[in-house]
Amino acid sequence: MWISLSYACWGISVVLALWMLYDWFKVDTTYSEDVLTSSREGELEAVSEKHRI
Amino acid sequence: MTAAVETAQTTTIHGDRVSLLRVLGPAHVWALGVGIVLVGEFTGWNFSADKGGTLAALIVCWVVGLLYTSVAMIDSEVTSTVAAAGGQYAQAKHIVGPLMAFNVALFLVFAYTMLEVSDAILLGQTIVAKAGIPDMSYNSFIAATIVVLAWLNYRGVLMTLNVNFVITAIAYVSIVILFFSVSPWTQGAVLKLNELVTPGNALPYGWIGVIAAFQFGIWYYLGIEGTTQAAEEVRSPARSLPYGTMAGMITLLIAAAMTWYVCASLMPWEYLGITPYPLWDAGKLTGSPLLENLLFIATLLAALASANGCINDAARAWFSLGRDRYLPSWFSAVHPKYRTPYRSILFLLPIALAFAFIADLNQAITFSILSGVLQYTFMSINIMMFRKKWPLGTIRRGYTHPFHPLPAIVLFCLCVVTFFAIFLGFGSQLSAMVAFYFLISLWFHFYRYKFVRRGDQFTMPWPKPQGY
Repeated sequence: MWISLSYACWGISVVLALWMLYDWFKVDTTYSEDVLTSSREGELEAVSEKHRI
Repeated sequence: MTAAVETAQTTTIHGDRVSLLRVLGPAHVWALGVGIVLVGEFTGWNFSADKGGTLAALIVCWVVGLLYTSVAMIDSEVTSTVAAAGGQYAQAKHIVGPLMAFNVALFLVFAYTMLEVSDAILLGQTIVAKAGIPDMSYNSFIAATIVVLAWLNYRGVLMTLNVNFVITAIAYVSIVILFFSVSPWTQGAVLKLNELVTPGNALPYGWIGVIAAFQFGIWYYLGIEGTTQAAEEVRSPARSLPYGTMAGMITLLIAAAMTWYVCASLMPWEYLGITPYPLWDAGKLTGSPLLENLLFIATLLAALASANGCINDAARAWFSLGRDRYLPSWFSAVHPKYRTPYRSILFLLPIALAFAFIADLNQAITFSILSGVLQYTFMSINIMMFRKKWPLGTIRRGYTHPFHPLPAIVLFCLCVVTFFAIFLGFGSQLSAMVAFYFLISLWFHFYRYKFVRRGDQFTMPWPKPQGY
């Protein structure tokens, strides 16, 4: 049973790794780099935190 | 209400801006912090008994508990104000400066990646120990642990931390069940603390053994500060982060005390100090197959929860470095559907796998602890500068920690003691790690910093600091 489980672990790892690589390729070819890297630190704070005591 | 609506729009605009998703609550913060740490009760803390005896393990449980309570309080105050992914990295950037921030981010990435590696190795070794098949390799279990959890993290933070909440809770409840199953109120029936810990063997190496035990005492709570990495993904950072972190710390103090009491009452210190599975062994020693299997499963779940949280945190720290161009901005990409730092998760995946396949558990753990203690030392200095530059009343804080500057002083002093303890056991690794951070700092200062957009990296809408 443990040996079978070991092979199953290899199988799951390979399938999920390939899926992530496929999804990575799909996303990078669908969206522009500007959109993908458009996250900015502190946007929420700029809106909601006025820091007035 | 208006602010809330604007906030929702800011974080969910699609096709224009893609940012991390604010979906987490205090329970997820608790699951992240306790999930990373709880594995330390299932293995790691007990090696302090080897260094100084069973009583030393108890002394460091409380003294290191004090260190981490200071960490939790200080971290809660600063992060309730600097609510950004990267946690202590973002704090260092705003309060100390870019070079410190770069180093702190590396401390974070190393601490969490090496802890993830240690968790995966532990899980593999535990399964192989249970299987009892000679020469069976555990590489497949290591690969599955790291890849499956990376996939979970890739697919979204909400599911990742929901899973962490459930498996952490099961692992925690198993400790509570073990504790109450051995009649803790009655010595002699199952527990034999009086016989196992005597004045003659309580501190076999004296007080220097207690100091040496600090190195592994860190395991009781290592990683609780990881809660701050969720700062950009919690709905209400000023409330959720202090609440989740402090609740996590209280939970861990209780777990640590129960774990020590049961294990010290069932195993002699000579065995307790070397076994890789103290709680699983405690389950076996009760004679109950149910408890034995429960603690076996709990050991696996604790390792999984820890690795899961570590992937989450290391990826956020790496992502933040990319976003500020401390590293190539390529790393700052956010998945447009799952809203996760997917490139950072994928980049760190093969690194974790490589270390897990080639490193041994002791080396990985030591690098994780070293990076963690370097980070705590920074935090004690950071809070002093934070209070000096922005005294109470000048900016809004979600939480204000009491007795300042006492926690910062206690934290700094205990970090110094821990460095000494690590030096006693792993002096060469300590020197190598310090040399590594020194060289990488030179690289950052003389080469990389010219790529940073200096005005863009300070994002908190704070008033000018006092004295500037």
